[in-house]
Amino acid sequence: MQKDVPMLVGKVETRTELGRLLFKRTKRRRLKEGAIHGILLLCGLVSVLTTISIVIFLFTETMGFFQEVPIIEFLTGTRWTPLFTPKHFGILPLVGGTLLVIAGASLVALPIGLASATYLSEYAPDGVRRLLKPLLEILAGIPTVVYGYFALTFVTPLLRRYLFPDMSVFNALSASLVIGTMILPMVASLSEDAMMSVPQSLREAAYALGATRFEVTTRVVLPAALSGISASFILAISRAIGEAMIVSMAAGATPKLTINPLESIQALTAYIVQVSGGDTPRGTLEYQSIFAVGTTLFVMTLIMNTLGQLVVRYRERY
Amino acid sequence: MKTRDIFDRRFLARQRIGRGFRAICLAATTVGIVVLAMLLADVLWDGVGWLDWQFLSSYPSRFPEQAGIKPALLGTLWLMGLTALFSLPLGVGAAIYLEEYAPRNWLTRLIQTNISNLAGVPSIIYGLVGLGLFVSILALQRSILSGALTITLLILPVVIITAQEAIRAVPDELRQAAYALGSTRWQTTHYIVLPVALPWILTGFILAMSRAIGDTASLIVVGAVAYITFVPGSLLDSFSVLPVQIFNWASRPQKEFQYLAAAASIVLLVVLLTMNATAILLRNKYQKRSQL
Amino acid sequence: MPMHTDGAILETRNLNIWYRNFQALRDITMKIERHKVTALIGPSGCGKSTLLRSFNRMNDLIPYARAEGQVLFHGQDLYARETNPTEIRYRIGMVFQKPNPFPKSLYDNAAFGPRINGYQGNLDQLVERSLRRAALWDEVKDRLHKSALTLSGGQQQRLCIARALAVEPEIILMDEPCSALDPTATLKIEDLIWELKKRYTIIIVTHNMQQAARVSDYTAFLMMTEEGTGELVEYGPTDHIFTRPKDKRTEDYITGRFG
Repeated sequence: MQKDVPMLVGKVETRTELGRLLFKRTKRRRLKEGAIHGILLLCGLVSVLTTISIVIFLFTETMGFFQEVPIIEFLTGTRWTPLFTPKHFGILPLVGGTLLVIAGASLVALPIGLASATYLSEYAPDGVRRLLKPLLEILAGIPTVVYGYFALTFVTPLLRRYLFPDMSVFNALSASLVIGTMILPMVASLSEDAMMSVPQSLREAAYALGATRFEVTTRVVLPAALSGISASFILAISRAIGEAMIVSMAAGATPKLTINPLESIQALTAYIVQVSGGDTPRGTLEYQSIFAVGTTLFVMTLIMNTLGQLVVRYRERY
Repeated sequence: MKTRDIFDRRFLARQRIGRGFRAICLAATTVGIVVLAMLLADVLWDGVGWLDWQFLSSYPSRFPEQAGIKPALLGTLWLMGLTALFSLPLGVGAAIYLEEYAPRNWLTRLIQTNISNLAGVPSIIYGLVGLGLFVSILALQRSILSGALTITLLILPVVIITAQEAIRAVPDELRQAAYALGSTRWQTTHYIVLPVALPWILTGFILAMSRAIGDTASLIVVGAVAYITFVPGSLLDSFSVLPVQIFNWASRPQKEFQYLAAAASIVLLVVLLTMNATAILLRNKYQKRSQL
Repeated sequence: MPMHTDGAILETRNLNIWYRNFQALRDITMKIERHKVTALIGPSGCGKSTLLRSFNRMNDLIPYARAEGQVLFHGQDLYARETNPTEIRYRIGMVFQKPNPFPKSLYDNAAFGPRINGYQGNLDQLVERSLRRAALWDEVKDRLHKSALTLSGGQQQRLCIARALAVEPEIILMDEPCSALDPTATLKIEDLIWELKKRYTIIIVTHNMQQAARVSDYTAFLMMTEEGTGELVEYGPTDHIFTRPKDKRTEDYITGRFG
């Protein structure tokens, strides 16, 4: 009954005595209400307009680009040399660069993030958790340009001095390690949420069978939280794909198909940053090429995000 | 009873595995903290010696010892102000619409799904949209206005989502009490829901802004530049911001410029820390109040 | 190993339990007979679940819970420094208020305990035997590898019993095992309890007095003081408690005058 009250307000007012008395005021009121409703709806629609603009701008400029560069060459070419002649526009080296960095970052962030989540959710005493979580939040809040500075001026020199003397100044490895650190808090906090939402009754059932905390965690909690954990992995990787500053500053600007993380490469986002840094006029092929690369990036992250949402939807019932 | 013996014998081994696993998880948790400490130490070590009034009040220069961040710092403040001006009303408006007004239909679902999808779009893509829409089509040039509008689009999804959560947390009894007195939807929202939700809306908003302020990629694409020798005076002036200044200095080969980048990073981190601290203080203050 | 059918398997001596500063149980001293069903009854909040959970140290999982006194199992103090709670729990099984099967197959549910404890015999046989003892085998033998969540509530609860039986415990603790079930499913579980006491000692918490009267050999009546601390009011053979209680409070409770 109570829930229906808001719905009935308008009708009730006109049908009762009080409603008739207030009719004149109600009319003006209703006009105002309608106007406000409209304004708020417009606010809501801004987000839809944003999406439409993203699609329009990416695709029109990309279409312009494809009139100059055949789409087949773009998708299958293994050389990306837009800034000197002969120009080649094969996207694979940039995609390869991004994937190389992502692979390294995942190797760092996924296991460490999951283990951190496990500690926070299953082991840490209340006080310790209250101390650790804000620290991880700070880590998540460091601007990427500062991470880039850290990769370039700390991680790379450290690696070159102690581990890989022959590594180039710009290299995929430092970028991977630092991006891994950047997305680690995301993996940790989303996975922790997933593990915390596993009902306590399942843990109790396992404890009552003589399971140790390790067994409760690995055989009951982790499997039950699997969909949420997978989603955290996917979303973190998607975040890493879109990261621009660390790869621009630390991984270099040499588009190259390689699996050697000690070499300099160029990631998709780094190319956009490189070309936008100069003053590229609208209508040129370079200008269009950043939109083509942007479209590739957009499609990759869209696929990852959609996948993440699907995984969450198929979550285990308890 | 044979089973029992096996169980007992296995027991010690299981205890040991458990302790090992716990140690590994604890070690993993400290990795993030250790790297955070190293990062902060690195930036402080490199930059703190360059921090002085001269650094804060000078323009960028070819000579590192004369260079400063005045235009970048002011540019960041300008950008914060403008972005707040645009994104707060838009974001809260959208959140009010979705929580208090929207009927359960396809349009609402579309808007809601769309917002969560937008939150996952990389910031550099927003930069490209800003470049196409504000810089070129609307002919706002590579101006501070273009930058603020771009950042507004970037943080809008997060602002909307946090504001929605704040509004949703307002107890339904309050709304029903207001409706029962004959309030209209807007009166209920304006006089009852918003005042209760406001501290939480602001907390979420400040956190979203602190994210936006550190964003570099989208502003580079829209055209923030690092070499500006005047303070922005109008909305259509070209502009610089701290992150772009850091990027520019850090990318130079000379050590001195890298130290400048570290010094500018410290300033940026202090700005962010101030914003976060404000948000936390705000939250704590109102949390205590609502418990009374 | 010869067994005394009339001996005490579990004994508490001056057991006190606190949650932070709140005392949940005071001075509980009682003996639990082997191969019998003992019911713990009392109004809600009287600490009967807390007492049950102290028998396999499940209270350890609650932060700030602490116990004083002794719980002796075969003469060994469960709360002694050298006793490991995990070790106790595969000797003393537990069935919970709401059926809580793991989101795994029926087979994996029943095999969970033996697997983690390193069982090396024929797992299929053990699973079948446990399901048979829980009176579930005939209903589910064709779908052992389906998710346990496809079962009805009553079947889920019997699966949880089978899961507990599979580690061959000596005692089974049941915490209001029928409170989430319909009357038919309840009846099946009660029949099962009769069957199980041939091999196991059963301690059951119930808020349903008819159930206590139907299934148990001994009944303990607990009540809380005004501060909410639970105390053991009366303990004895079930027919004595229900037909001629010694304590006025027991009589009031049993005749439904409060609670």
